[in-house]
Amino acid sequence: MNAGLTNGGYVVSGEETQAGAATRPAAAAAPIGFVNVFKRYPGRTQAAVEDLSFEVPSGEICVLIGPSGCGKTTALKMVNRLVPMTDGDITIDGKSVSGIETAQLRRGIGYVFQQIGLFPHLTVEDNIGTVPRLLGWSKGRIRERARELLELVGLGAEDNLRRYPGEFSGGQQQRVGVARAMAVDPPIMLMDEPFGAIDPITRDRLQDDFLRLHREVRKTIIFVTHDIDEAIKMGDRIAIMRDGRLVQLDTPDNLLAAPADEFVADFVGADRGLKRLRVWTLNDLELDPWSGTKEPAAPAGTTLRDALSLMLTEGATRVTVTGQDGAVMGCVSLERIAAMLGPQPRTPEQQAPAP
Amino acid sequence: MSVLAPFGSTPSPSPGPVIPTFGGGGSQSCVAKNGQFCGAWFVDNFGSRFAPRLVEHIELTAIAIGVGVVIALAAALFAHRHGWLETPFSLFAAFLYTIPALAFFELMVQVTGINRFTAEIALVSYTLLILFVNTLAGLRAVPPDALEAAQAMGLSQRQTLLRVELPLALPPIMAGLRIATVTTISLTTVAAYIGVGGLGQPIFDGIQTGFKTEFIAAGGLAIVLALAADGLLVVAQRLLTPWARRRRA
Repeated sequence: MNAGLTNGGYVVSGEETQAGAATRPAAAAAPIGFVNVFKRYPGRTQAAVEDLSFEVPSGEICVLIGPSGCGKTTALKMVNRLVPMTDGDITIDGKSVSGIETAQLRRGIGYVFQQIGLFPHLTVEDNIGTVPRLLGWSKGRIRERARELLELVGLGAEDNLRRYPGEFSGGQQQRVGVARAMAVDPPIMLMDEPFGAIDPITRDRLQDDFLRLHREVRKTIIFVTHDIDEAIKMGDRIAIMRDGRLVQLDTPDNLLAAPADEFVADFVGADRGLKRLRVWTLNDLELDPWSGTKEPAAPAGTTLRDALSLMLTEGATRVTVTGQDGAVMGCVSLERIAAMLGPQPRTPEQQAPAP
Repeated sequence: MSVLAPFGSTPSPSPGPVIPTFGGGGSQSCVAKNGQFCGAWFVDNFGSRFAPRLVEHIELTAIAIGVGVVIALAAALFAHRHGWLETPFSLFAAFLYTIPALAFFELMVQVTGINRFTAEIALVSYTLLILFVNTLAGLRAVPPDALEAAQAMGLSQRQTLLRVELPLALPPIMAGLRIATVTTISLTTVAAYIGVGGLGQPIFDGIQTGFKTEFIAAGGLAIVLALAADGLLVVAQRLLTPWARRRRA
């Protein structure tokens, strides 16, 4: 499904994206590969990034995380060459980024960062239209695309197009930032602590909305954060880095269940058992038949964490699981959850929940 | 009173504190008494005596500001990219700024003669400091996150300058432009000293002949011109920077 990637280059041309991502899910995505990538700064003995190799499959969110100075942002910025790499190669859809002209490379990569970086002197429409304009889109097409994207990021009101960034809150501005990054429907996106400067409640909503959006458009995303909870929530896979090296690359659940070493265990936190509760929903468990007794009820999509919390507040040891229509599907007990998270084999598939 | 005999002006036909018999009609008595301000005489003589000087004044100012903006902008852009120019150019512009205006005009006449070019050299010199300093400050105040975004979106240096940096530097540039314009309108009156016309001419004439209405009217016109130009620039700035006034309620 790499519609934008054929014809001799992954770079999104104006024409190929005309149909628009929102109306054509999974229009374009491309795998990203790091191959023995090094970044050394002159005058420093320790490499900022050392022998980094990993692959982000098409359409996945890969979170880079680690303590400050671990090289995660440097690694991210080498993809669109904001930071030139010293050695190794980074590929997008199998093509080396070094072989693509800088401006062309960057126009094909959505970039969202903590400081947002909207142009304060341009309206929301013109902000979103920046790269389309460089590609020679018509005014009408830019407006259409801007309208569509604002809808997609939850800022659908018609008059938002003509407003200036200063008229929006930080959270709304970052929604515009995401819309702008997706303007020409790039196959990949780089997100550098995109929600880091936003208050916790708004951040939570932005994360939820972004995950929903991602399910629709399926970009390949490298997402840098220093917040392990955000990593667990956003990542299909999480790459933990330390001193420029990759320490562990795994699904959130495996990372929490089986940290590769003490550093990772320490980094994910002593409460990693509790954190795993958020990775799974009641849906992922084998349900016991409903006993017919009166128990607190929770929809199947509830995380184990919320289900457990419900048991604790209601003084119950079981919850009734309900389907979308409210019909009872079965029930889950405390023991079932404990068994699930324990060291023994868990579900038959041994798989992280589908994102 | 008549110490300041301008180079280019023709000396008054009759020496001494003579009240000229300008104009005619009902204003004669006010002129004869050399009243503080003879409105009727001013109205009668506006078209012939003041309007051409006003046009000259606007031309002299506009050329000075135009050339000053080009030089200051070029210097500021260069200094912004290559840091070393800032100090030498600031010192140079500040030095020019400190030269007393009359001395500057007199001095330049020795070099380039009595003409508009001479006047403009001095007038341009006085605009450089404020325009350079403000333009550079404006360019430096562009938010770094906007620049990073521009870079990450693949804008070239030139595109970044034209679409991001200059528009965002506009408010301080316009502030500098307002000061430079008002200052230049005022200084241009002094340029009449070397006979290039402008509203300074009737001021000098009026001082020389002692006819109050003439220099009060010319001085008043210079003030009105300065206020009008400033007002126009404020309007222009508002139109050019609509984002600056729009903030989240």
